[in-house]
Amino acid sequence: MTPLAQLIEAALFAAARPLTAEELCVLDPDASLADVRTALEQLREVYDFSQHAIELVEMAGGFQLLTRPAFAQALERAQFTVRASKLTAAALETLSIIAYRQPVGRSEIEEIRGVSAGGVLRSLQERGLIEVVGRSEALGRPLLYGTSPMFLELLGLKDLSDLPRAEELSIAIQPARPLTPDAEDAAAYVPAES
Amino acid sequence: MEQPAALTLPDPPTSALGASPAFVVELEAFSGPLDLLLHLLREEELEIADIPIARIADQFLLVIHDLGLNQAADYLEMAGRLLRLKAQMLLPRRSEEDGWEDPRAELVRRLLEYQQIREVALWIGRAAERRADQYARGFLPPPPDLPPLPLQVDLVELLQAVQRVIEGIPAPVLHRVVARPLDVEGATRRLFSLLEEKAEFGWYEALGPAPTITDVLSTLLALLELARRGTVSLTQAAAFAPMVIRRDSSRPAD
Repeated sequence: MTPLAQLIEAALFAAARPLTAEELCVLDPDASLADVRTALEQLREVYDFSQHAIELVEMAGGFQLLTRPAFAQALERAQFTVRASKLTAAALETLSIIAYRQPVGRSEIEEIRGVSAGGVLRSLQERGLIEVVGRSEALGRPLLYGTSPMFLELLGLKDLSDLPRAEELSIAIQPARPLTPDAEDAAAYVPAES
Repeated sequence: MEQPAALTLPDPPTSALGASPAFVVELEAFSGPLDLLLHLLREEELEIADIPIARIADQFLLVIHDLGLNQAADYLEMAGRLLRLKAQMLLPRRSEEDGWEDPRAELVRRLLEYQQIREVALWIGRAAERRADQYARGFLPPPPDLPPLPLQVDLVELLQAVQRVIEGIPAPVLHRVVARPLDVEGATRRLFSLLEEKAEFGWYEALGPAPTITDVLSTLLALLELARRGTVSLTQAAAFAPMVIRRDSSRPAD
């Protein structure tokens, strides 16, 4: 390992939160951002090749040392760690809508889910997973919500582009199209000619 | 010539229901009316794009009725929407009429949109589970609940609360037991001075004005002692008659 990689390893071990490459640059005034990235890559390889129980994980724009998933069960059974509580179905659906539609207002979320969203939005805000990102120009200037960096940390994502793209989903949203008049009896969905 | 209006007959409401008499749903399992609707469609293996509205509306109503969901506004709104669609589908329409828009289109769009969100939610849930398998150093479990908000009271409210607490404290019931020895010697001295004045007096005279219990007992003991020594003689004219104390002249006082 290079001295810079060692320095970064020490910093990541000591820090209680993910550190960004820019923050790690401070460690060595002579090191460029590219140097830090190279050193990080080297560090990751060291952990991977020597079968370390921890790995270097990049998420929410930062780097962190995490235990490998294979040890989760043993750690939890021994009660050295406590697994984060699961999000409810309502919370997951609401997060999904916000992640894909942000900035998005409460009324749109409620329209898509078909249920009121006040309670879920409040608890997601309390958990720091979403934040108010602005106000709509619509009547009453309702609040608009977006996902927070903690949302990316919760899912272990580097950024929002890690989310599956709409076309990767098995169900692509189809535009509202009139059905044929006898569609109720016919088996096929026949879109009207445009 | 125009074709006669084609009527779409509603499904008999019992057909779908009778087919699955043991149809059991749990409200907690659904995150909303769209979820319930998707469940019903899956249950009947029906295409979202081609919903037999009459049948699904009846089922929906039956389920929310069975669940006692009459208070749940979200489900009621969907029930109303389905019934309106059911009515619209019953309206006569010309089969090749242009511009006829399927009233179900909006519902279909919403169901597909919701289904897509459900798929994303599933993906997000799995990602969160995978992430939960990894622990950072010095991992601290998140607090299970937020601490209560700091107390916000003004001085008047605080004083009033203190006052209420103080008023609620029951008055202490204290019995102070004071040892009050009988003053037999004092009573004896008083009796001697009375005997100096007169040769004979009554019991009440011996007690003095406003006697306490201690005085009564002390005087009685002193009298008995003096009578034992023969200084005085105690006589009663009859049972319960006033006691007469008389100087016993036969024997001198010692």
